[in-house]
This record gives sequence, structure tokens and C-alpha cells, in this order.
Amino acid sequence: MTRLITILIATTLLAACSTQPTEPDTTLYNRLGGQAGITTIVDNLLFEIGGNETLIGFFADTDIDRFREKLIEQLCEVSDGPCEYTGDSMAQVHADMDIDNRHFDALVTDLITAMTEAGVPTGAQNDLLARLVPMHDEVIHAEEHLNGDER
Amino acid sequence: MPDRKTRLVTLMLTGLLAGPAFGASKILATSGAGSIEGAAGGGLVPWAVIGGYGSDGEWGAAASLGRVDVDDFRLGTASVLAGVHDRLEVSFAQQTLQVEPLDAVIEQHVYGVKTRVAGHLIYGRLPQLSFGLQHKVNQNPAIATDVLGANSASGTDTYIAASKLYLHALFERDLLLNGTLRYTDANQTGLLGFGNSGGEDPQLVGEASVGLFLNPNWAIGAEYRQKPDRLDAVDEDAWRDVFVAWFPNKRVSVVGAYADLGSIALWDDQQGWYLSVQITN
Repeated sequence: MTRLITILIATTLLAACSTQPTEPDTTLYNRLGGQAGITTIVDNLLFEIGGNETLIGFFADTDIDRFREKLIEQLCEVSDGPCEYTGDSMAQVHADMDIDNRHFDALVTDLITAMTEAGVPTGAQNDLLARLVPMHDEVIHAEEHLNGDER
Repeated sequence: MPDRKTRLVTLMLTGLLAGPAFGASKILATSGAGSIEGAAGGGLVPWAVIGGYGSDGEWGAAASLGRVDVDDFRLGTASVLAGVHDRLEVSFAQQTLQVEPLDAVIEQHVYGVKTRVAGHLIYGRLPQLSFGLQHKVNQNPAIATDVLGANSASGTDTYIAASKLYLHALFERDLLLNGTLRYTDANQTGLLGFGNSGGEDPQLVGEASVGLFLNPNWAIGAEYRQKPDRLDAVDEDAWRDVFVAWFPNKRVSVVGAYADLGSIALWDDQQGWYLSVQITN
């Protein structure tokens, strides 16, 4: 058993060492590569969505230029960058789309690919996902959230 | 010695590799890996995750081959599972235990079903909660019932499992925690029969897993599986392992582990390697 514990501690330490030390004042925005990095991530994501049968149908009537601009703005704001998201709420955007976990899973998968292709380190990827995933409930249950807002 | 069932599983492995994906939206690695009793899990412990990559409205399937190689025993597992709408999982496993000092073989079939009853592995606050059954039929129960005093050649485990993946949780990495509570009368997971001279005598045992994703493709972790110790003739210990899991893509996963299975039947201090390969549709 001692051997097992030694292996476990060793691998945990290894994991700790493999993590890049980060400056405490470095924002996620900077770690994503700033405005240029986020733009690359969003363009990669649009490319992935374009080839994703599960998702592409939602974008048939979408103004892609506006979508791209608002998403860049949103990722910038979410990652503590110098932007303010000026688009509609997640509930407003996703109302009447009947989105379920299949679509949300597919988008997360495409976003991970987009970030990996953009060279975003794993820690920053996880940080951004941890900030976006809490929007799940508002996206999946958009109508309930909108009705709640009206009351 | 591969028998017909093992060949069937091998055939399914090949078929899944070549076949079309009929739904594979779940995020990489959220299928879990194969486990010794066929349910999606970490290796020794079934998790609350539903196997395969089928998300809402999709199907998933997987086939696994596993092997545990400790000092005096070798356990081979061939298993298949199907996941429906990320809600229901059905599985079948054939286990073959070679008792090397006796040159004996014990086979067991495990029929499993698992259903997600609440929560989700990643989304929302609640962990994913699943309820499962594993019906086990020992094909060579003579050693267990005639020599060791087990009550029966078959039994059914019931369990509840809770799993959650915490994003950006530790060293900026995603952390998986799983806890499983199992009500069982199986001795050494049923390979040494069920119950004892006093009858079925089921007990509640606890199992736990922890895993850290170094990146989307690699995870390291550990598992612990408490076991009952009810046979009068021989001791039974908790099982534990440390593992490395590799998810290169949604088709394949590989888990390698160092396992400590403690005392099994007459042989103490059983340690060795665990290797499992899973192919997903």
C-alpha cells in the first residue's frame, strides 16, 4: 500500500509541476491571447460549427458577422477583458430553439477544438469553460428564464 | 483460451471501429472507461456516467477488453454496453479468473443496468446520480459453495453512484470525483460465490474514485473499493488502484493501473497490473 501512496503522491506532484505558474495579475483575457487570440478562437469555432451537423441547422437564419462580433465581445467580457457584451441575454438568444444537452455538448466539444487549434494552454481552456458552462441552465431552459424575467 | 463469447466481443469491437457513429455528441472522456463488471466507470468502480458518447436523443455503445494480472491470479474481462439518451445503460460482462496455483478457471457473467436519476456530470450544481443493478452468475461455483462455504452461485448487487467533474478545480485542471454505495452479498465480486453459511448476508460497502485531467486526453487518479469479508474460510480485503487513462479520441480509451487486491482466497498481498481497452461507437 505504501507503494501505491508513493505513486499517487508522485503523480500528483508531477501534475502540479506540469502546471505553468501564472502571474497573479494576468487576466484570462491575456492568457487567451487578448483580442487577437479571442478572434482566432471564435473564427476556429465558426469553422467547427460549419462542419457540425448537430449545430449548423441553428445558424441557417443567423447574421454570422453579428454573431461573430457579439461572441468575441462576450468572450472578452467573460475573461475579464476590456469589453462590454452588448448582445441579448443567453435566454433571449436561445429561446424557442429546443436546445438540449446534445447541442450543448457539441458546442463545448467544438469550443475545445477551437481553443486547442488556437494554442490556448489547458489551464486557460479549463478556466474559460468553467466560466461558460454555468450558462447551461439559461440556454437549455431559455423560455423559463424569460418568463421569470417578465414577472 | 478465447471462447465463443470472447470472440463475439472481439467481433463487436471490430464492428464498432468500422461502423458509423450513431450519435457521439458527449464531451470526450465523459463516457467513462470500461470496468471489470462491464458498467461504465473507472476500472474497479462503476461510476454514475452512462457509457458511450450518446447524449440527449442519441445512442452510444462500447466494447471493452480488460485484464488484471496479480501475483497468483489473472482476471480477464470482455464486455459490451449500450447507452440510451445518456439516461440508461445496459451491459454484459464475461469474467474469466485464472487461479494459477490451482490451475483452475472460474467464469462469471454479469448482466448490468444503470439509470441516471438526477443531476449531470458537468452541468448544474448536482452531481450525476445513477442507480444500478448487477446480476452475477458464477459459472464455476464449486470452489465457492463446496469448499469455501458460500451460500449461492448467483446474486444481484444494487448500487447508487454520484459523479461530478469539477472544471478548473485543482492546479487549473478538471477534477472528477465519484462515490458509489453498493449493497451486495458477493464474495470477491461473486467470483467466490455469494453469501456464506449464514445465508445471503448482504452488506453495504463504499467505493470511491478520484481523477485529475491533465489535459482533455490524459487523466490520472485512484480508486478504492471496500469489500465485504463474510466467508469464514478465507479473508477478503478492499481493492485499490492508481491509474492513468488515455482518451486519444471518441473511439478509443485505454486505462493502465497498478492494483492492490489484498488477500484473495488462500493467497495474500495480491498486487499487479490492470490494463483495459475500450472501443466506442
